[in-house]
Amino acid sequence: MSATIDTVDTELVPGRGGGGPAPTRTVVAYGFWLFIVSDIVMFSGLFAAYAVLSGRIADGPAGSELFDLRRVFIETMCLLLSSYTCGLGALSAERRQPSRFLILSCFTFALGAAFLFIEISEFVGMVSRGAGPSRSAFLSAFFTLVGMHGAHVTAGLLWLTYMVAQVVAKGLRPHVLRRLLCFSLFWHALDIIWIGVITVVYLMGAR
Amino acid sequence: MDGVDHPYDRSPGVEQQESTANFLSYTVGLGFAVLLTIASFVVSQTNLLWAPGIPVGLIVLAFAQIGVHLVFFLHLGSGADHTNNILALGFGLLIVFLVIAGSCWIIADLTANMMPMSGNASH
Repeated sequence: MSATIDTVDTELVPGRGGGGPAPTRTVVAYGFWLFIVSDIVMFSGLFAAYAVLSGRIADGPAGSELFDLRRVFIETMCLLLSSYTCGLGALSAERRQPSRFLILSCFTFALGAAFLFIEISEFVGMVSRGAGPSRSAFLSAFFTLVGMHGAHVTAGLLWLTYMVAQVVAKGLRPHVLRRLLCFSLFWHALDIIWIGVITVVYLMGAR
Repeated sequence: MDGVDHPYDRSPGVEQQESTANFLSYTVGLGFAVLLTIASFVVSQTNLLWAPGIPVGLIVLAFAQIGVHLVFFLHLGSGADHTNNILALGFGLLIVFLVIAGSCWIIADLTANMMPMSGNASH
């Protein structure tokens, strides 16, 4: 065993110059992974703005008066479950089971749409109580950060609709499967950003 | 052995071939994620932790949950075939840390050195 490791270390191993170029699937998913990392860097700017401005409430309402944690918990569960069904959907696509994929995609879409509906009704409620984005620096930062995540979820739902249409029209061909892989990476990455949002904005702000 | 079975680098989200193990991975990941979410809400709403330590506890739970998502949903591993993915993620996390910690540091320093102002202007 140790002998094989020694030879692998001294030779050109695949991925470090040996064995020719990597398969298209690996290259595509790695490129999309780089996009996701840069998207997370973009969100870090919004998180930094929120962290700096969260105390600047300009005598307006603070987070503890505005946030309803029960609602946030339901939102989180919707997003976690939609990530789960998205993962299982990707799995059934890999196994060439289009009908299972379509059913699971419907669940993913419904759970994502439920998340978005709860978030939008929260925004509408806040604006109608006079706590819109122009009320204070805290609320500007809040709407920018949480709204940007919501915009990503909206884009994800549109993308999912488009992918379902492609699977119906073209079937599970290799290039459709590559796009599906990118979509599931995107959808799981939105979960990771949402964990940051609930921790920094809601759980710390509601205290 | 691993190098023979997977001769190329792997990208995130690409699973190995055993599909029952993958189903299990998603299910276990969902279980962990739900447990950690419930733990975060409980910690923030109760006096289970010493009050000044609650933000630290919440951050630790958040990092644990991000780790669960990376491993069980994005299938990120520590093997040699994941070196490129981990390097990209590590660089991203470095930038994230610099932007967030740097902003907080600079603004806290600015606030501390502000001229004292009267009334509620400090808000």
